[in-house]
Amino acid sequence: MKGWMGKFKSLFLLSMLALVLAGCGKENLTALVPKGYGAESSMNLIILSTVIMVFVFLIVILVYTIVLIRFRRKKGQEGYIPKQVEGSKTLETVWTIIPIILVVTLAVPTVAATFDLADESASADGINIEVTGHQYWWHFNYEEEEFATSQDLYIPVGERVYVHMLSSDVIHSFWVPSIAGKMDVNPENVNTMYLEAHEEGVYWGKCAELCGPSHSLMDFKVIAVSPEEYDQWVSDMQNADPEEEPQDAVAQDGKALFEENNCMSCHAIGSAPSAVGPDLTNFANRSRIAGYLEPTKENLVDWLMDPESLKPGNKMTGAYPALSEEEADSIAEYLLQLEHSEITPESAGGL
Amino acid sequence: MSIAATQKRGFGAFLWDYITTVDHKKIAHLYLFGGGFFFLLGGLEAMIIRIQLATPENDFISAGLYNEMITMHGTTMIFLAAMPLLLGLMNAVMPLQIGARDVAFPFLNSLGFWLFMFGGILLNFSWFMGGGAPDAGWTAYAPLSTQSPGHGVDFYVLGLQISGAGTLMGGINFLATIVTMRAPGMTYMRMPLFSWATFITSVLILFAFPALTVGLFLLMFDRMFGSAFFDVALGGNTIIWQHLFWIFAHPEVYILILPVFGVFSDITATLSKKRLFGYTAMVFATILIAFLGFMVWAHHMFTVGLGPVANSIFAIATMAIAVPTGIKIFNWLATMWGGSITINSAMLWTLGFIPSFTIGGMTGIMLASAVADYQYHDTYFVVAHFHYVIVGGTVFGIMAALHFWWPKMFGRILHEGMGKLTFWLFFVGFHLTFFVQHFLGLMGMPRRYWVFLEDQGLDTGNMVSTIGAFLMAVGVVIFLINVFYTWAKGNKAPADPWDGRSLEWAISSPPPYYNFKQTPLVRGLDPLWVEKMEGKGEITPAEPLGDIHMPNSSILPFLISLGFTIAGFGFIFQVDHSAYLILVFAGIGLALLSMLIRSLKDDHGYHIKKEELEREAD
Ligand code: HEC
Ligand SMILES: [Cu+2]
Ligand SMILES: [Cu+2]
Repeated sequence: MKGWMGKFKSLFLLSMLALVLAGCGKENLTALVPKGYGAESSMNLIILSTVIMVFVFLIVILVYTIVLIRFRRKKGQEGYIPKQVEGSKTLETVWTIIPIILVVTLAVPTVAATFDLADESASADGINIEVTGHQYWWHFNYEEEEFATSQDLYIPVGERVYVHMLSSDVIHSFWVPSIAGKMDVNPENVNTMYLEAHEEGVYWGKCAELCGPSHSLMDFKVIAVSPEEYDQWVSDMQNADPEEEPQDAVAQDGKALFEENNCMSCHAIGSAPSAVGPDLTNFANRSRIAGYLEPTKENLVDWLMDPESLKPGNKMTGAYPALSEEEADSIAEYLLQLEHSEITPESAGGL
Repeated sequence: MSIAATQKRGFGAFLWDYITTVDHKKIAHLYLFGGGFFFLLGGLEAMIIRIQLATPENDFISAGLYNEMITMHGTTMIFLAAMPLLLGLMNAVMPLQIGARDVAFPFLNSLGFWLFMFGGILLNFSWFMGGGAPDAGWTAYAPLSTQSPGHGVDFYVLGLQISGAGTLMGGINFLATIVTMRAPGMTYMRMPLFSWATFITSVLILFAFPALTVGLFLLMFDRMFGSAFFDVALGGNTIIWQHLFWIFAHPEVYILILPVFGVFSDITATLSKKRLFGYTAMVFATILIAFLGFMVWAHHMFTVGLGPVANSIFAIATMAIAVPTGIKIFNWLATMWGGSITINSAMLWTLGFIPSFTIGGMTGIMLASAVADYQYHDTYFVVAHFHYVIVGGTVFGIMAALHFWWPKMFGRILHEGMGKLTFWLFFVGFHLTFFVQHFLGLMGMPRRYWVFLEDQGLDTGNMVSTIGAFLMAVGVVIFLINVFYTWAKGNKAPADPWDGRSLEWAISSPPPYYNFKQTPLVRGLDPLWVEKMEGKGEITPAEPLGDIHMPNSSILPFLISLGFTIAGFGFIFQVDHSAYLILVFAGIGLALLSMLIRSLKDDHGYHIKKEELEREAD
């Protein structure tokens, strides 16, 4: 089974690669070029089922074409009455049995893969991360390592990382197409799945369950770095000093404004437990602002002055005093200096 | 819809006639009109969605409005367009096919229609009042639906509750009709496939709709009366909603597809001039699909976290449906094989259906593979899949049925040229719109996305999709022109324009209001064909000419439905101010009073005298 599956797979992957190169699908976003264990399991079944289905489709189309060519009413046939056939036991048995065989062919590997992906028995030895879905952002708590971050999820390549997911409000769905299929993030129970990236890279994550107006902007990234870089990053994050004073005056101003304007009640920097808004400890290293905006200063200032126009319905709008452009600029300066680690999305190749 | 008669009586009388009618043929007209209206509305919503998604990060409409648009598009198309159009066809055709003079409960039939119509109107009032239309998706998953601000979701709950009650009545009515009112000799295994499909669909309605009713009540109580069925903080559970919803909504999919399987069976046989291949297998495949349809609801929930055991069981059960569906496809092909196929508009839609629906069925099997579904779920792949089934199946089927039975329903034949043009535009547009969406989904585009980002490789696919949607829209416009043209100067239809095989073609087009002067005697499968083959060409009556008992028209169904609708508004707005409770009492009062009148007033109907029938014959 492995042999022909393998051949089909390489053939399929090659043609898919061609499609991707032709501009159909973005690398590290598309599920068609899997780069993780879960995505590969899914891809195997997608290929198997596609092959079976295309086979059936071709048979249908073959019969269909013959019928259309041979049995159209011809001129001068007006009175012709074809033979009235009741049915055929043999034929009908054939097209009952063959589908049954095909379905079994698909069902067996499906069940095997379903159990395989649900296997969490090794989670105690693996890396465990608590994921919380919020309207419209993601929080990642590295419980055992005792620190947290948001929006960018760092994982080591080649290791199983177990994510334990819960929602703080409505149902979301955690999906990193290139690495693994999705799983819902429910408010009542913790759902667990594992991520295992085969290659370093920054992978797009998407929310896949309608969760309100900004559902389509609830993007996040999975940053798969080498295990050494991961360890480095973890220890840098653990040692981040939240009280660290910025060097220049503008940023110092920004820090003061951050404290004055109620930002702290929602945003944690360093060890503070607040998690009503994204953790900003390593904000300067974000691959994107608010999940989807290029991490430039202008975008950040725009965000601080009017988040509603960028993410309708978000929970930050109106929760802090209006900022002048100058104030926003100072805060932005401060936030863009919040970095505590050499390990950034660039370490994994960037977006 | 006889024009001459309309003009003689004036528009008011015409309207009154339709509002009070209990004649299944006129109720069919009403369903087609109501369903058609909502189909256009849902189509408009679809076009707005496709314009918004034509280019990346577009801001044609706002995020909030977009969510209202997708919710209303889905809800409208399923509940207010596809279902009523099918119920209309069933009303028009099924009683004729089984040789009945009407349905078992004509009064209930009218009530069912008006409940649907008023429910639909109520739902659409949300656009104008109460802070916008529902915005939690047609699936209304809790807690998004319980937390949705404004009254949108309240309109959803009450609109669907009222129109759902109407559908349930329709289903029960058809069941009673088929069980009790088949003509002498019309055994179950002689019923045309469309009537069989109506029967089985009605069983599905009977068992599936109560789950929706319960779910909607829980949602209503959570939103209006402070209960906490779906409130996790108070010990509720949101997954329950998903179960209730899909226990209803999966069978609902078959409620939409089985009737058109019936349509295609009848059309293929008639227009190939051949008996349906494997009649018995076709009937049992339909029953099997319906039965399995109740066992597979959790395939919509593979990613919910039900665990590998549940996922595996539901995956296998779902794949099993491929078998009876495959039987159907091959039996249709075998029916055409060796036949003498006439390709007119009705047949074109049938021929278009086979490959389109096959693709939809196949992506269905692909989706059933749970682990593969972890990728497909809630992406454009699913959007593509269900449009292949619901448009490529149900809508194609409705169009085929309209072209096929239009002469019987309205006495005129739709224009062939325009019919074919509609088909080709719609067919090409349909595949352009939805085929690429399979790939968009796999390329990382989740469904219900207000915008997709620039530079994610999704631009071309979405543009193609939007262009396709416009082609479909043009097709629909041409169909509308065709309808008006036919109404004004279409060719008069003979009783039997397609060399038909079943009973409806044995009476005039349109049929007299009492359908059959004498109840027909059925002597085999395809009764009219049997008589034709024996050289008689007409049906033997099963009884001597006699008086015909007919039901009286009534305004009460309209009033009952109006009452519930008024009460619906009351329920929605009493949350804001208790003064609105007056509407609840007034509405329920009107409904109860009308019911009381119905119960107390003896209405024995009337008789058409034998002499009158004889006079008509001359
Ligand atoms: C009511 C709590 C709240 C307050 C107060 C608040 N925010 Fe936010 N903030 C949020 C939430 C929630 C988000 C996530 C928005 C989204 O993406 O949907 C956010 C997002 C952000 C982001 C983007 C984070 C990322 O990871 O991309 C920045 C930067 C930010 N806020 C800065 C501020 C600043 C500066 C202030 C004070 C002037 C502030 N916030 C006040 C809740 C708050
Ligand atoms: Cu979402
Ligand atoms: Cu289903």
